[in-house]
Amino acid sequence: MTTLATVGRVTAVLLTAFFFGLTFEGLGRKITARIQKRYGPPWYQNFIDVFKTLTKHGWTHGWIFDFGVLMALGGVIATLSFVPLGNLVAFPGLDNFFVIVYLFTVGALGMAMGMVGTGNPWASIGVARALTLMLGYEVPYLIVITTLLFYHKTGNISNIIMAQAQSGQWNIVKFPIGALVALISLQGMLGKEPFEAPIAPAEIASGPMVELSAKYMGLLMLMNTFMEFIEISLFVNFFLGGGTYFVFLLKYFLVWIFAVMVSAVLPRFRIEQAVAFYWTVPILLAFVQAFFVVNGWVF
Amino acid sequence: MAQIDERSVWEKIADQLRSRSMWMLHYCTGCGAVELPPSMTSRFDMERLGMGSMATPRQADILLITGYLSAKTLRRVIYTYEKMADPKYVIGFGSCTINGGIYYDSYSTINRLDYYIPVDLYIAGCMPRPEAILNAFNTLMEMIRKGEANGWKRYKENYEWYKQNQIRSLGEVIVHDEFHE
Repeated sequence: MTTLATVGRVTAVLLTAFFFGLTFEGLGRKITARIQKRYGPPWYQNFIDVFKTLTKHGWTHGWIFDFGVLMALGGVIATLSFVPLGNLVAFPGLDNFFVIVYLFTVGALGMAMGMVGTGNPWASIGVARALTLMLGYEVPYLIVITTLLFYHKTGNISNIIMAQAQSGQWNIVKFPIGALVALISLQGMLGKEPFEAPIAPAEIASGPMVELSAKYMGLLMLMNTFMEFIEISLFVNFFLGGGTYFVFLLKYFLVWIFAVMVSAVLPRFRIEQAVAFYWTVPILLAFVQAFFVVNGWVF
Repeated sequence: MAQIDERSVWEKIADQLRSRSMWMLHYCTGCGAVELPPSMTSRFDMERLGMGSMATPRQADILLITGYLSAKTLRRVIYTYEKMADPKYVIGFGSCTINGGIYYDSYSTINRLDYYIPVDLYIAGCMPRPEAILNAFNTLMEMIRKGEANGWKRYKENYEWYKQNQIRSLGEVIVHDEFHE
């Protein structure tokens, strides 16, 4: 019975990420279009795109490519099932930040391995840029999150949500500097402008995706959607107080739209500029936030 | 030709999806490329129809060939076309792809694109205006839904004939593996 309930909850999490992830992406395209004074595609355009890629007849580039794509999607699905969506927790008690961080690398490495396996130089450049960028945003992000975990004395995300509900204050009020750093890091994690160098379509022909045809493209699009879902969910849970299922989705939507609007008006950093930026301003702000918390200066 | 037009129920559903999400690869060595920015940006906005430009042939559904092709660029077009995933559609853009246009007597350009790769739709004009381009995309969507845009099947069916034409024009058509040479 408990097994059945767990399966049900995991399915609910995955279906939520699939349906709302793709819907919000479609709405994001619509909003980008309105900013550029266009009508934009319908909100369900991304569903059509994913299912269309599954109907095409593509090519594989060897077994390491197949395995990499499966490992990327599988790893991200495994990670996603540990992320609490507000009060919908698939594995209660196991929704620990360290579990999520640990599993998250499986998806990223699977993608890197599969895309390098295509043998295309653009793909290698894209993957190298993605990993370099990761080096940039992970350091300030981890300093902030570690500070947060130190303050709450727990790594369990549900407990952090509950602590925010009990104190009646979201962490974005308690840790405004840290929230700002996390938001800047989030922009890099989502791969949106100004940190779009890994996939720059006009520059390195969409980087890691360069050799993806048909169903591989569709699976990687799904993987990208799920990854975005994990990253934004973590931000919402840590800083905006989670909430019930629908409140959570509303907060998620607002953060996503903010990221889309920022990306619609900004140009692209070169990769070394992006890393240099992350290792100056956000990292200093992260240290300031950590200093405040260690000294007990939390509002 | 009868079995080319036959479609199963799944293919009919798939064609509905394909017609609503067409990703384009622009082969813009000719002068027609200048008409594409207005059809993509705010005035005509082709993203309304689910169309977008893609960076590589692997991801693309449509190969849009704008204007004349010299023998050198034709070779690249054939490589690109053969790299695309089925089903794929070709649009010949401007009169140069139909009969050579103003380059009809040039020594180094090809006159008729249809000899070398199967073209699903031509847009006549020099240049075709964005209105004509949008109209052509709507026609192509209708053709895909009806199952008439089957150039990719014709290419497989009549591969020998296309190959002969390509060889006659280019001397040889071998896809060199430049990465490993």
